[in-house]
Amino acid sequence: MNMSDFALIVPEIFVLTMASVILVIDAFLHSDRREIFYLLALTTLFGAIILTWVNHFDGRALGFNGTFVVDTMADVLKFVIYLVTAAIFVYSRQYLKARDLFKSEFYILGLFAVLGMMILISAHSMLTVYLGLELMSLSLYSMVAFNRNNVLSSEAAMKYFVLGGFASGVLLYGMSLVYGVSGTLDLAGVSEYLAAQQSFSAPILLGMVFIIVALAFKLGAVPFHMWVPDIYHGSSSVVTAFISTSAKLAVFGFSMRLLIEGMGIMQDSWRDILIILSVLSLLIGNIVAIAQTNIKRMLAYSTISHVGFILLGFIAANPEGYSAAMFYTVTYAITGAAAFGIVILLSREGFEADNIDDYKGLNYRNSWYAFLMLLVMFSMAGVPPMVGFYAKLLVLKAVIGQGMYWLAIVAVLLSVVGAFYYLRVIKVMYFDGAEDRNKIIVGSGVHAVLSSNALLALLLGLFPGTLISLCLTAIS
Amino acid sequence: MVEKIYLAIPLLPLFGAIAAGLFGRYIGRSGAHWITILSVLGSFVLSTIVIKHIIFDHASVYNEAIYIWMISDGIRFEIGFLIDELTALMIGIVTFVSLMVHIYTIGYMRDDPGYQRFFSYIALFTFSMLMLVMSNNFLQLFFGWEAVGLASYLLIGFWHQRETAILANLKAFLINRVGDFGFLLGIAVIFAYANSLDYAEVFAKAENLSLQTINIFAGSEWNVITMICILLFIGAMGKSAQFPLHVWLPDSMEGPTPISALIHAATMVTAGIFMVARMSPLYELSETALNFILMIGSITALFMGLLGLIQYDIKRVVAYSTLSQLGYMTVALGASAYGAAIFHLMTHAFFKALLFLAAGSVIIAMHHEQDMRKMGGLKKYMPITHWTSLIGCLALIGFPLFSGFFSKDSIIGAVQYSDLSAANTAYMALLAGVFVTALYSFRMYFMVFHTRDRMDEHTREYLTETSWVVTMPLVLLAIPSIFSGFIFEPIVFGEFFSRSIHVADSHNVLNELGSTFEGIQGFVMHAFSGPVTYLAFAGVGVAYWIYVIKPQFAVDMQHRFNLIYKFMDNKYYIDHLYINVFSVAGRAIGKVLWKLGDNVVIDGFIVNGSARAMGWLSNVLRHLQTGYLYHYAFAMIAGMIALISMFVIAVNI
Repeated sequence: MNMSDFALIVPEIFVLTMASVILVIDAFLHSDRREIFYLLALTTLFGAIILTWVNHFDGRALGFNGTFVVDTMADVLKFVIYLVTAAIFVYSRQYLKARDLFKSEFYILGLFAVLGMMILISAHSMLTVYLGLELMSLSLYSMVAFNRNNVLSSEAAMKYFVLGGFASGVLLYGMSLVYGVSGTLDLAGVSEYLAAQQSFSAPILLGMVFIIVALAFKLGAVPFHMWVPDIYHGSSSVVTAFISTSAKLAVFGFSMRLLIEGMGIMQDSWRDILIILSVLSLLIGNIVAIAQTNIKRMLAYSTISHVGFILLGFIAANPEGYSAAMFYTVTYAITGAAAFGIVILLSREGFEADNIDDYKGLNYRNSWYAFLMLLVMFSMAGVPPMVGFYAKLLVLKAVIGQGMYWLAIVAVLLSVVGAFYYLRVIKVMYFDGAEDRNKIIVGSGVHAVLSSNALLALLLGLFPGTLISLCLTAIS
Repeated sequence: MVEKIYLAIPLLPLFGAIAAGLFGRYIGRSGAHWITILSVLGSFVLSTIVIKHIIFDHASVYNEAIYIWMISDGIRFEIGFLIDELTALMIGIVTFVSLMVHIYTIGYMRDDPGYQRFFSYIALFTFSMLMLVMSNNFLQLFFGWEAVGLASYLLIGFWHQRETAILANLKAFLINRVGDFGFLLGIAVIFAYANSLDYAEVFAKAENLSLQTINIFAGSEWNVITMICILLFIGAMGKSAQFPLHVWLPDSMEGPTPISALIHAATMVTAGIFMVARMSPLYELSETALNFILMIGSITALFMGLLGLIQYDIKRVVAYSTLSQLGYMTVALGASAYGAAIFHLMTHAFFKALLFLAAGSVIIAMHHEQDMRKMGGLKKYMPITHWTSLIGCLALIGFPLFSGFFSKDSIIGAVQYSDLSAANTAYMALLAGVFVTALYSFRMYFMVFHTRDRMDEHTREYLTETSWVVTMPLVLLAIPSIFSGFIFEPIVFGEFFSRSIHVADSHNVLNELGSTFEGIQGFVMHAFSGPVTYLAFAGVGVAYWIYVIKPQFAVDMQHRFNLIYKFMDNKYYIDHLYINVFSVAGRAIGKVLWKLGDNVVIDGFIVNGSARAMGWLSNVLRHLQTGYLYHYAFAMIAGMIALISMFVIAVNI
């Protein structure tokens, strides 16, 4: 370890310091002046953006004896996490105030979760992976339980914690098997060890299966998806937004490090597992979403189906596929943030706006937000020229490039099924009469952020080139 | 600089159309006509500059892309202009006739509530037609082709409250669809075999294509060029109203007469003629296609002229005359006398525009009465209309020294020299056509302007010459109707089109005709040595005898040959064939497919059936989500065990 190692983790140090500072200030500050936490939290994220930007270089650097890595993929993912988290923080203010939940803990936990994500994305040793993952997960568990007077919220937190603990255990067991056989925690070391093998022994295969199960749990792939609808539904909308977007980006990084960098050589062994997980996710996600009347549950199942698509990119098992999966994840995070942003925005005290019926006649109440929701739904359904179209196209292209036509056909057919429930939201907004005639009150800051968030889904769809090439450089 | 001029020529009318169409409410009636007239005037002035530049200064041919839309698989899709003598002449005709129409419309549509809309349509039409003739590639040609079709559809159905107008525009649209289908297939074959949409590139490959064959049905080999030429010509048959796709044109007279009629008759229908002339490098390679064109043209020229004999509606006489004259142009194309065809197109544009506007003038004066049986003796009430109509009729029948004389005689002379197998038949049909043309033209002329007054008292009382906005275009059109024939020598015989039109040496009939040419005087004298002029005179004489001296004769003939009369009155039953056979059969097939295919199989089984199945599955699967933590944990463990077992089985621990 030397001083240059610390240069690599400047953004992480900054976020940690700021989170601690807010924690300390909280003890001395009067409860009327909570706006300060909010502003400090946003400052932290913007500071992190700047630091990551300044710290960025082309190439790849390892630090702390190879346990920590900084490369383009890590920087891009972190960058998107900051942005998406900042947007969700902006959306959250009004929501939390209305429920008397506007407390510093939310932002402190959020920042710690972001720190965990950053470590997870940059992890290059199984130990760092676990460290980042647990920091992120523990913060998220608390955030889900944050609205502690709400029964649904407490129940969700309980389920998330127990099942998450189970998944952690499985992950640890898998990692210990891999460590036991290969004798190293370093991902590069694991990869080297695997490359030297003629055939893979049973313990290493078992370890791989355990690791994949944990990944599948964190991603929310069927059949390890059971927590997703309940947690999405039970948590406050702001927490749901956070889990489904920022955390998804981190888990993508987690999968890339562990599965591709560490065990990429075993692709012939894990590919079949991923195919099963992917097809099941597409199937269950898209079909069960149809029956949902709650938009948060619907979006939960929609997430499951998107995970199916992301897994398709991994299944292609080449840089093209990985970058397509990355593009998919990034754009999903952006559109997901906008979708939950609208859900958050339409809710008010005592009313969560989480039933699809609550969107009836939105066009007549506020045509701009209806239009933004339309953009988001079109993007998720994969309608050109929205970015969701390119995301699906790239993934499918990667799969077809590998000659797996049947998989592409299944994915396309099931996304046609999926189009139904996205379009239903649009239909309800534009063609049904409004039941709720309450005025929608939105601050100008939120309005601007949400509008640019949703329009980004259109803009990236019209000009996808930059992001696509960024993802390609990040992977190669 | 020239690009800017070329670009401005079509864009000015488009601007006018948008202004009058979308903002008509704000700019008002006079605003709408000023803006469109000035924009078309602008195009006309620019066109004359282009004509001077290309034709008189012999500037080099302009063939450039203005805008590249996309490049896909190496094939360029672009907007570009090809400006040579042919284009220059066409844009001159189009903008001039269009300008006349615009001015005339002020008078004709004065009281119509859709005033601005009408100006928007005719300006849009002008834009489309200009895009068509200026194109340098098939894509833009097709765009212009369809756009004029759209404008024509809108114009014919302009009075959309009228049942007949709606029927007529539907008919025009559907019949043109048949033609356009052929046209599009032709472009598709070009695309498939030449791998380009650019005229110049396709022409360069034409020689090579003529050596290839295409297998449509098993065992029948077609030459690719013949295939392309005939398919493209089917498009021209629709647009230029050639037999048997001519049925829409007489009905199109439902539009506000005679403006839209004129648009169709003098301008739009020439698109097909223009297209074939433009594609001469292709047509020259296929004698089969040329023979086909000759046959179609001569059938149209003679038989459509015959129908003009029995019409009483003044517009319809002019409409059938148009069909017949288009047949002449088509025959000229088939005989490879492209120069003569284009020349006849030009002279015809002038005198047919004149005749249409004169008919319109009569109709205005008669308070929208169109039946010639209720006219007569208008000469004394409407002197300007009368004299200009006479000029139009003389030009139409090819009276010596009038413009039509030169163009028509060149065509007939050229066909005489053609060696194609269908040329003899065509020649006979055209000769008969000359007599028929003279007969129906002067039948109309005598019935309208001479003979005793047959209108009612009320109409007669108010019968006066129409206002200057109507008569001015008449006079302006009468001038070229007389004199435009004198410039025929360079166009028909000379090198005028040498840069635009390619004629194979073996087909060069105009050259042969030109070798006997000894000045205009000689040409006129020569005409008296052949049958053509005498036939025209005979037609006029017979018309005078039947309709002025012995009106009873026509009625007697009608009774005696009642069967033939009925056959012609029903337009040879072609409409019946289309409506009662094709259309009924088409609807029957459609109904079966709708009831069985769409309602039962697609909607019932595939669409709703799969939707129901998904809904059911969704409702079943959602029950897996019980909400119990131990169920969730169990599912995870079960999943994990299943995945592990895969490897247990695979590795055989």
